[in-house]
Formats: sequence, C-alpha cells, structure tokens
Amino acid sequence: MKSFIFQKQWSWRASGIALGLAFLLAVALVKPIGVSTQFVILDGMAWDLVYNDLIVKDSSAKKGYSSSNVYLNKSGGKYAKNAATPINYSFIFVIAMIVGGFIAGRLQSDKESKEAMVVPAIWQSKFGQSPGKRHMATFVGGVLVLIGARLAGGCTSGHMMSGMMQTSLSGYLFTIGTFAVAVPVAIYMYKGVE
Amino acid sequence: MDIILAIILGLLFGFILQKVGAANPQKIIGMLRLHDFHLAKVILFAIGISNLVLFILLATGIIDSGHISVKASYVGVIVGGAIFGLGWAVSGFCPGTGLVAAGAGRKDALSFIAGGLLGAFAYMLMYASLKPSFLFNELGGKITLATTGNDKFAVLLPGIPAIVVAGLIAIIFMAIAWKLPDNEKT
Repeated sequence: MKSFIFQKQWSWRASGIALGLAFLLAVALVKPIGVSTQFVILDGMAWDLVYNDLIVKDSSAKKGYSSSNVYLNKSGGKYAKNAATPINYSFIFVIAMIVGGFIAGRLQSDKESKEAMVVPAIWQSKFGQSPGKRHMATFVGGVLVLIGARLAGGCTSGHMMSGMMQTSLSGYLFTIGTFAVAVPVAIYMYKGVE
Repeated sequence: MDIILAIILGLLFGFILQKVGAANPQKIIGMLRLHDFHLAKVILFAIGISNLVLFILLATGIIDSGHISVKASYVGVIVGGAIFGLGWAVSGFCPGTGLVAAGAGRKDALSFIAGGLLGAFAYMLMYASLKPSFLFNELGGKITLATTGNDKFAVLLPGIPAIVVAGLIAIIFMAIAWKLPDNEKT
C-alpha cells in the first residue's frame, strides 16, 4: 500500500483499473467527467471581469443567465451561468484535479530531474534543451488542443473516456479523428529518436 | 453536497492521472509514436472495464440512467478531434493532463494552459460564424451503440441486449490492452 501511494507510476493493469473506476465513480455519483469546457468558463469569468456586461442575469433564459457572446449563451445560457457562479460542480472538480496532481507529485518518492520538468527527455533528444522552444511548442499545442476540443464538444476525458465508456458514437468519432492525426505527426516529429 | 463530491472526485482523478503516467508528456509522445504502449494499455483497459461495469450497474439499476450524458455526433467532432490530435502530438498534453501536470510541477504545462485559454477564447469568438457551417452537420446526433435505458439518447444497436454489446466491446478492448507489448521505458 505504501509503495502504491509513493511509487512514481503504477503498472498498466493497476492504472487501467484505477482510471476506469474514477470515470465509473463520477458517473455513478454525479455525471461523466469532462474538462475542456472549464477553459471556456475561466475565460468567461476573466472576460466578464473586464467587460461587465458580458454575462447578465436573465429570467427568460433557461439557466437564468444570458450573454452577448453566442457561445456562452448557448444551451439556455449554461456556460454563462457557470462563468457567473464559479462555485459549481464542474469548475471545482477541475480545480481539485490540479490539487490531486500536486499531492501525487509531492508524495512521489522517485522525482524527475529539474530539466525534465521543463523540457521532457524525448523533446530534448530531438529539439535540444532550450526551454523557450519547448514553451513555444506547448503554447501553440495548447491553442490547437482547446480549439479542437471545443469544436468537437469535448476532449480526452469527455469524449474518449467518458464517451466510449457509455458506447457513445461521438466518443468513437473523436478518437478516430484524434489518433488519425496525432500518430503520424508524432512519428514524423520524433523520427530518428531512439 | 455536489461541491464536496467535486472536491473528492477531482482530487482522486488528478491523483490517478498523475500515477498512471498520463500527465507525463514523455509517456503521451511515447504512445503516439507507437514506441511505448504503457498508456495505450492503460486507456484501453480503463475503457473496457468501465464500459462493462457501467452497463452491468445500469442493468441492475444501481446506476441511475439519468446520470448518463451522451454528446452529439456531428462533422466537427471528427474535424475538432483532428485539430486536437495535432496539438496533442506537438505538446504531449491534453486539457485534463495539462492541468494535472501543472499541479505536479511541470513548467511546460503552464505554457500549455496559457495556450489553451487563448484557444478556448478564440473559439468563443469564432463560434457564431462557425455555427451555420458544414462543421455542425449532424452525424447521428446523441446516439450510443448499446441501450442505456435513458430515453433522451438514440440507440444504434437496439436489437441486441446492452450487456452483450458492452461486454463484447469490453472483451475486445481488454484483449488488445493485454496483447500490446509492455515495453516499459520510463
């Protein structure tokens, strides 16, 4: 048990069971896990701080809030409501995830090198040790990942894991689209690396 | 009550993502370039087992089918998946694992999150003009392969008992997870 909490990484079997149970527990107790929507919610909160009229209370909207932004306003103002009321299940869940990662990282007995926490070893062996170059790639990657996830209506958590768990067609379509591009790109990017 | 569950389930999920290696871009890239199948085995095993247990618990009424939430299928799911895949390969992070990695102290995850916030913002601005395009043409709508028991969602294979569909998928996924080589390189 002790090593289970402190070891750097679990075996694939233990990992698969734990991950599967996490998704199952969430749907049993509340609803399927999803993450990428919360990037929109945080943006909405920040945008509403700068521009006060972005989200307004609106009793005629299904969720009680409406927004001048069409995306925040969709589904009866669902996103507008969540951005206006940050203490909601999905947002707190995502904040708790970050803390969960922090705790796991802190308790990890076998720490990674400081360099690898900025530039992963595989990136170093192909593109060098420059943190700037790595940050540039992760920043651009982040832009693409969130545009893609929002266009698709979900990410690895919502579509791939939660979706396929429920045998949802959309989960399969998303997964096919994702791997059809990610695999050849990753192979090409890291060609020649051991 | 919901907030307490959000804290407990979120902590658990973040902890697990870190422990399975999903928040490590090294492992993600290793999987995507078909060199290190650890994460592929984990994901396939997790989907297989949760799929089977979910449909057993739905059939026995232990899980309320009202908790099921199926996303719609439309052209943008595939196109968005492809754009997502490009960013995933370039960065080695996805939205959830990027957040967990930042929590665990990975500095490159912070620039990923900053990019993600910009990407999400760009999408909020683009949405109104994308909405009428072919990207939102339906490809089946909110539909599942197996019967969930929730009338809100259509079923692709209504003639076959849900437990058979889910069971077969689970067997296939878990068998592939078992068969893929376990060439663990950490």
